[in-house]
Amino acid sequence: MLASNFPALLADKNTTFFFPPRASTFAEETDAFFLYILWISLFFFALIVIAMVYFAIKFRARPGYQGDSRPLHNNALEITWTVIPTLIVIWIFARGVYGYIDMVTPPTDTIDINVTARKWDWSFQYPNGAIADTLHVPVDKNIRLLMRSEDVLHSFYVPAFRAKQDVVPGRVTTYWVRPILRGEYDLFCAEYCGDQHSEMIKRKGVVVHDQAGYEAWLAKAAQPPRNPVAHGYWLYSRLGCKSCHAVEPGKRVVGPSLAGTFGETLKTADGESVVFDENYVRESVLEPQRKAREGYQNASQMPSFQGKLKNEELDAIIAFLKALKDNPALIDAVKDGDLTEDEAKALGYWTEESDAGESDGGAAPAEDGAAAPDEPSDAASATESTPPDGSENGPTETATAN
Amino acid sequence: MSAVATSPSYSQPDSDNFLVNSRGFLSWALTLDHKRIGLMYLVGVMSAFGLAGILALVLRAELMTPTKMFLSNQQYNQVFTLHGAIMVFLFIIPSVPAALGNFLVPIMLGAKDVAFPRLNLCSFYLWVVGAIFFLTAMLATGLDTGWTFYTPYSTTTQGPVVAATLGVFVLGFSSIFTGLNFIVTINTMRPPGMSWFKMPLFLWATYATSIIQVLATPVLGITVLLLAAERVLHIGIFDPAYNGDPVTYQHFFWFYSHPAVYIMILPGMGIISELMSVHSHKSIFGYRFIAYSSIAIALFGFLVWGHHMFTAGMANVTTIIFSALTFSVSIPSAIKVFNWLATMYQGTVKLNTVMLYALSFIFLFTIGGLTGLWLGALSTDRMLHDTYFVVAHFHYVMVGGTLVGFLGGIFHWWPKMTGKMFNETWGKISCLIVFVGFNLTFLPQFVMGSRGMPRRYARYVEDFQELHQMSSVGAFVLGIGLFIALGVLLHSLFRGRKAPPNPWGGATLEWQCASPPPYYNFKTPPRVNEPYDYTPLHFRGDDKGWEYVHPTESDAPRVDEVESKPATN
Ligand code: HEC
Ligand SMILES: [Cu+2]
Ligand SMILES: [Cu+2]
Repeated sequence: MLASNFPALLADKNTTFFFPPRASTFAEETDAFFLYILWISLFFFALIVIAMVYFAIKFRARPGYQGDSRPLHNNALEITWTVIPTLIVIWIFARGVYGYIDMVTPPTDTIDINVTARKWDWSFQYPNGAIADTLHVPVDKNIRLLMRSEDVLHSFYVPAFRAKQDVVPGRVTTYWVRPILRGEYDLFCAEYCGDQHSEMIKRKGVVVHDQAGYEAWLAKAAQPPRNPVAHGYWLYSRLGCKSCHAVEPGKRVVGPSLAGTFGETLKTADGESVVFDENYVRESVLEPQRKAREGYQNASQMPSFQGKLKNEELDAIIAFLKALKDNPALIDAVKDGDLTEDEAKALGYWTEESDAGESDGGAAPAEDGAAAPDEPSDAASATESTPPDGSENGPTETATAN
Repeated sequence: MSAVATSPSYSQPDSDNFLVNSRGFLSWALTLDHKRIGLMYLVGVMSAFGLAGILALVLRAELMTPTKMFLSNQQYNQVFTLHGAIMVFLFIIPSVPAALGNFLVPIMLGAKDVAFPRLNLCSFYLWVVGAIFFLTAMLATGLDTGWTFYTPYSTTTQGPVVAATLGVFVLGFSSIFTGLNFIVTINTMRPPGMSWFKMPLFLWATYATSIIQVLATPVLGITVLLLAAERVLHIGIFDPAYNGDPVTYQHFFWFYSHPAVYIMILPGMGIISELMSVHSHKSIFGYRFIAYSSIAIALFGFLVWGHHMFTAGMANVTTIIFSALTFSVSIPSAIKVFNWLATMYQGTVKLNTVMLYALSFIFLFTIGGLTGLWLGALSTDRMLHDTYFVVAHFHYVMVGGTLVGFLGGIFHWWPKMTGKMFNETWGKISCLIVFVGFNLTFLPQFVMGSRGMPRRYARYVEDFQELHQMSSVGAFVLGIGLFIALGVLLHSLFRGRKAPPNPWGGATLEWQCASPPPYYNFKTPPRVNEPYDYTPLHFRGDDKGWEYVHPTESDAPRVDEVESKPATN
């Protein structure tokens, strides 16, 4: 509609002047309703502004004109302008409730994904145990998110899906969606959550695959790298450490950089000295407030990972931190936000998986599941084609993938 | 000149002028005169506004680019917190009631002062203490909770939350005392003959506002005390780490803060009712409706706080009920707009500075109100909540509404307060620039919001950059407009023409005493008249302004030739 008037403001063909892509079943109803309210509002607004301008000109004070200052009354008019807006508002209320009920009533056949929000990252746990910091879902399936927060309020918001839901610590809030358009969409945190609130922007953090792509991704994502260092990095980038700790030496994000400190002696906030060793890491991760580092007592506190990490996972993290010490090659490899299989192999942090069958789906040259391997290009082409209905390509895709 | 004498309090010796009848710092600092207290409030709230406005420009400048320009994320968060908290607690809430209300309520009642002058001074000093406390706390250590203090962030962050909440607590008492004072004043000090329905609509609006201030503000006090207790003593009410519930906090907070929205907008509506009628030289359309609707809005306003929490995880039925109640408050506001427009019909509309501000109010407030429809409707709210759509919506109501109404009110009553006329040409220019700048700032934000830009973001996705840049440019234009408005007013103090008692032709009582009023307001109680009956008003030229000739005194000479040429500049 208005889109054609503002080409420069549009990101791609799927967005319209007011809306991002319509990637869920909610979008059609919400967008249509949005535009109905827009037309109603424009009508009344035009009425008001025209009346205002007309009266201001027609009855303006000018030589030779004298208005009548006596009070006016017009019951018919007053009843009209009370009743009509009331009826319209009742309709808007009812239609809003209609759309809302759909948004808050998940169907029974859902794929359940557990979502954990923390400062300042998301983690998604899939039915097969895979954990990732991005949301991957199959197209045309009902998805239900069971959302928890580890610290403060956050809000799960994917504009392309239209709906949002706060994530409240101490509660489990649910969100359901049926994606209808394959592609990659931005994920935002919509509830203010502190320092890095706006860093919870996850560009392309939501990937809608076809069924086969989803299954392939899922199988691969469940499989952490065998090598402890690569595994440690894998955890570091999935558990949210990344959003507070840099891998470049000396770079302060919220917490201190984790590179170059292993084995050093540090000062704590209480003035004691501690050695940054296996034990210290362990303590920092499980009971972060026990020994805060000097200069960081005012930093937003690190969440405790007590009970969330298995022993071997902790060991993997320790192995990774150890490896970071005086290791520019590794730092170089990971500071761009991923450690691809090739990089890991080149550095010697790769242990082949024993059962080769697993790695089949992941033959693509990508890191372990953080981004969907070949999906994006498919999705982009789906995105190019007809708007909401990406499902047309679904079956063929599945066929070829098999 | 003989005509002037027909109203006893028209000419006053200069020594009675409340601005100069006593001199020296203490004569102001310890004054019990409601007019001086009103002016001190005016200076105070405008300073707060200036500070928070500059912070807004800092934010808008930072948002010119999606990446860091000069504020770190943390600094950005502190600046938006300061901007919001100062605007809400130090500016908008006290703006109209405390500054204009203090000045006008007694004079509109033909009274000498408010019912409790000492309490009035006390509430001013509470405001000052609260403001100092609040500002030093926030500036010294950097509060980063947002003005809403949502838990558990506010119970765990390092900022000076306790000090800031105590500041809010003290400010709350200032607000309560002002409200109490006005309620008692309006109830007990109306002059003989002024029945409730002969009161100016500004007083109705002030009365309704005062009811909210007295009933709702204690809840804010309780909320911030509980918040401080949770933070310090871990009493386990708001923080899930101690078995509290963050949603409970939100209920507490909005139980005050939604009615507070009406503390902010009702007085603005009251101002507009006065402005539209006086400058259209036309009796207000639907007086009773406007009067009753102020009270209705005040009471209904207590029942709709949940609309801030549609995505917070409330039960579905609760959510639906809050949506229904929210829509029910929208109707009285809509009808008020129609009433204001109908007031112009067949009137004599003077398109002067004051009227332009009043018309801008109607334009902007209408947008603010209509965009509320998207947010009250549940399905669209799930999409738009916590995005820039909401930011734009409430700025249209709070800035386009309250601030523009407040400015209109200041221009309208400026001659009365200071005895000086301001420059009309520059006044109109200021209004035009404010209007353009405001729309350029906030219209793009609606589109950003519907496209998904969340609020309170220091960094953003590049797609939004053009819209953000439009908005930032608009903000600076708006800033220039406001700066010119300030210049016009200050200039008038030194160069302005002397104001007659009644420069606009208002029929309410404040126009029957000198400009500026004597410290005792009226030597003899003024005769009460219909507040919007303009037939007894006669224009006596730009220097003398309008004169009110009581119908029984119609033996006074009527200068009909002059009368047919109302001031049009
Ligand atoms: C919300 C931000 C945040 C997250 C998420 C976070 N940390 Fe921290 N971390 C901090 C801060 C702040 C400190 C410094 C204060 C302290 O020592 O408690 C810190 C300290 C540490 C230290 C001690 C470093 C030193 O130099 O003293 C280690 C080790 C550590 N974190 C590891 C981790 C790991 C591993 C993860 C992920 C499992 C993680 N952190 C997640 C904020 C965070
Ligand atoms: Cu957030
Ligand atoms: Cu509200």
